[in-house]
Amino acid sequence: MRLIMNRLFIIFSTLAAVVGLFFLGWILYTLCAKGLAGLSLQVFTHDLIDGGLRNVIVGQLIMSGVATIIGIPVGMMAGIYLQEYGGNSKLTEFIRDLSDVMMSAPSIVVGTFVYAIIVIPTGHTSGWAGVLALFILMVPIIVRTTDDMLKLVPIELREAGMAIGASKYHVTMNIVIRYAREGIMTGILLAFARVVGETAPLLYTSGSSEFWSTDLTSTFPSLTVSIYNLATMPDEEMVQLGWTGAFLLTAMVLIINLIGRYANNKQRR
Amino acid sequence: MELIFKKLAQISASLLFVILAATTIVLYLSAKPAIQEFGAGFLFESRWGVEETKNVSEVVPNQELVVDGEDADDFMEDEDDFIDDEDFVTDDDTESETNDSEIIYGALVPIIGTIFSTLIAMLFSIPIAMGIAVFLSEIASATLAKPISIAIELLASIPSIIYGMWGLFYFGPFIADIFGGNTVSLLVAGLVLGVMVIPFMAALSRDAIGTVPDMLKESAYAMGATKLEVIKDVVFPYAKSGIIGSIILSFGRALGETMAVAFVIGGVYQFVGKVTDPTNSIPVVLANSFAESSGLSLSVLFYLALVLFVMSFMVIVVAKHYLLRRK
Amino acid sequence: MNMKKILALGLLGLTIGTAAHAAKIEGTGSSFAYPAYKAWSKVYYDETDNQVNYTPTGSGSGIKEVIAGHVDFGGSDKPLKPKALRKHGLIMFPTAIGAITFAYNVEGVDNLRLSEAAISGIMLGKIKYWDDEPITRENAGASLPHKEILFVHRSDKSGTTFAFTYYLSKMNKEWRKKFGAKKVVEWPSKNRIAGKGNFGVATAIKSNAYSIGYVDYADAKKNGLDMAIIENREKAFIKPTPGSFEAAAVFADLDPKKDFYANIAYPPKGYPVVTATFALVPKDGKNSKEVIKFFEYALTKKNQLIEPVGYVPLPEAVIKKIQGYWVEKGLK
Repeated sequence: MRLIMNRLFIIFSTLAAVVGLFFLGWILYTLCAKGLAGLSLQVFTHDLIDGGLRNVIVGQLIMSGVATIIGIPVGMMAGIYLQEYGGNSKLTEFIRDLSDVMMSAPSIVVGTFVYAIIVIPTGHTSGWAGVLALFILMVPIIVRTTDDMLKLVPIELREAGMAIGASKYHVTMNIVIRYAREGIMTGILLAFARVVGETAPLLYTSGSSEFWSTDLTSTFPSLTVSIYNLATMPDEEMVQLGWTGAFLLTAMVLIINLIGRYANNKQRR
Repeated sequence: MELIFKKLAQISASLLFVILAATTIVLYLSAKPAIQEFGAGFLFESRWGVEETKNVSEVVPNQELVVDGEDADDFMEDEDDFIDDEDFVTDDDTESETNDSEIIYGALVPIIGTIFSTLIAMLFSIPIAMGIAVFLSEIASATLAKPISIAIELLASIPSIIYGMWGLFYFGPFIADIFGGNTVSLLVAGLVLGVMVIPFMAALSRDAIGTVPDMLKESAYAMGATKLEVIKDVVFPYAKSGIIGSIILSFGRALGETMAVAFVIGGVYQFVGKVTDPTNSIPVVLANSFAESSGLSLSVLFYLALVLFVMSFMVIVVAKHYLLRRK
Repeated sequence: MNMKKILALGLLGLTIGTAAHAAKIEGTGSSFAYPAYKAWSKVYYDETDNQVNYTPTGSGSGIKEVIAGHVDFGGSDKPLKPKALRKHGLIMFPTAIGAITFAYNVEGVDNLRLSEAAISGIMLGKIKYWDDEPITRENAGASLPHKEILFVHRSDKSGTTFAFTYYLSKMNKEWRKKFGAKKVVEWPSKNRIAGKGNFGVATAIKSNAYSIGYVDYADAKKNGLDMAIIENREKAFIKPTPGSFEAAAVFADLDPKKDFYANIAYPPKGYPVVTATFALVPKDGKNSKEVIKFFEYALTKKNQLIEPVGYVPLPEAVIKKIQGYWVEKGLK
């Protein structure tokens, strides 16, 4: 009886794994089959108005990129504070908790917040509003990564630095950060991958445009928002373009993840 | 330099607090007109955007409209009196006070829709994700477990909009074939959410199981325990808080998810009679209605966002309680 | 390494900026008008380099966003009364005429005929099955299944819904008393789903068997949906075709003196569910003149472009009136 139960259990677990992987395989299969069907050079050389995706891909990268550029110093500094200055005080714990709360806040709520503080006062959707929404989503991830990575840095390194008379600032920047550099980089890459695929916070902050634009003060082209719009259109060509966009988006996210993973492995070795 | 650096670090850290506090305050202030109008009853009211007439509305005189000649024998003199002149008042709610009718908004349908779609997602994903976690850590050989683990982790990073599209075009029709009903429904939304959180939950649970010391397991095996017994009596009790934490985090993720659901829930304000009926969820209402709302109807959406924010806040608090502190 | 690339890309984006040359216009609103505006903005962009970015968010958004000054123009299928226009400092003019069709998805039923009784019954939720008597009476040859009718409607505040319910109100007294003409309706039908935008409805009809819904002709046609032949005011059964829309459109009374305010559904002849779609422009918006330039180009040079997409282009006489209206409002 015990053995039968055991056998049943093993079969069940294996089956669950197979079912789970089946669904995920199914998604990837559709994505490739539908996405590749519409992939052509035109997608990269034309803007949405002319049946391509150039402007929205670039727009998405610019917004996520700018959010990352602003997010890195803020997130890293906050992480450094938690690890290097905060000690084990109540305040540090509180900020860690806040960061976790922020990390799990629904992204659409972040969108509504940015809508209230930027879109309503300025009177229109803009690239900057989208950047701010992505920034808010990104910072807690970078804080957490930095915090975790700095924790791995051996205390002896810091003590050695201090012993030779270096200031805390020098120790942190030149020894601690250098030691944890690759881990933090990986975390930043993953954070970038996470926000680059966000749709909900952009829906009514950046909006989306069918035209080429690099002007962040006005409505800004977004790949994910465009995919959402395209996918709900009845027009076969538009839906096809939506699938191609979805494929490219996923490919981009997965590749960034793989790079991050590779960098992480290299560091561990 | 040292001082500046420290100050910058402090400022950055407090920025987290500022953003979070600002979010709460801004959402509350924006929602205030709606909170004052509907109070807590908002949470239990099932009607949305329905006009409740207090008096019989008067026919507005001196219409500038000319009744077309061929309409002369029509059933009413002023042909357009049935037109809802809502746009005249939308931008300032003070005016709507003087109106004869008021519009009722209630969050019950999206709240129920959000909770039920999340519960369906959990019912569906927990057994599968646990199966995967156990399979990866205890059953599969290392050569098989490694690539599958990587695949699972990569899949957890796929943007949610992809799950939504797949749900709309492939999974929805598939479910409708099996269970009947429509290709968009509470059931489809719940299952798509379930599929979406599987890799996330599986990866976290596997990590939790991975923390169980080999020694413990091996002593159990040495005493002649079967795999089932080891997992049931050794692994699960040891990794319990981590596994429960992973489930709660997945719950939170499903709760606030917009894009995977927006495509497949149907977007109608009605209670489900059966699970294959379409309904609505809070994030989807927010995603669909923001651009077209103003005045009170916009404030209502902020109220809804606040409700969602509080719900997800409670989930994370519970999750942190279980996860205790990070490893 | 990669961070650097991302950084570089971001900075590149920031520094290039857009050389201030061509005009950029933002519009939003009616999804009914989207195929037309999209066709126009594409040729306009190709020929003049001016960008007209029109997002189909529904007429409700179009009205709200233009009143709030968030966009340079709004699209709406629901006309605003002159009083409302004055209050918000807007001008309004029609841009095209189109039709709303009853698109359905019942396998093997090609030329569904719907009498006024059948339409009212379905919309009021009284007719629940495809083989109920008012439907079968007009479709003797067709094999209608005993399946529940799934009604598909809009989830957003929609001018198409407004025009459609305007038609229902004109056609049916009970509808008029209970619901009237609105952008959002609490539909009495129990078995229903909603789609966002006309394309959302079209997509939902396409993917759900035994469904019926109201969709603009352009979207229904592009999507290959079956469209019902419906009874009009003369008790004749009319097929939705550009010809029958035109026959209805001649009754449109578009008068610049009342800012072209007109609801044209349920005309004496032709296909009964027709509507004009309107553009709302702020009288003193900073881009208003550019908006007018765009629509003048569209209406005078490319008016016929929208015919194949499924609209009835405005007659010459009306366009003349619109041009006069622009001059009068000081925007041209």
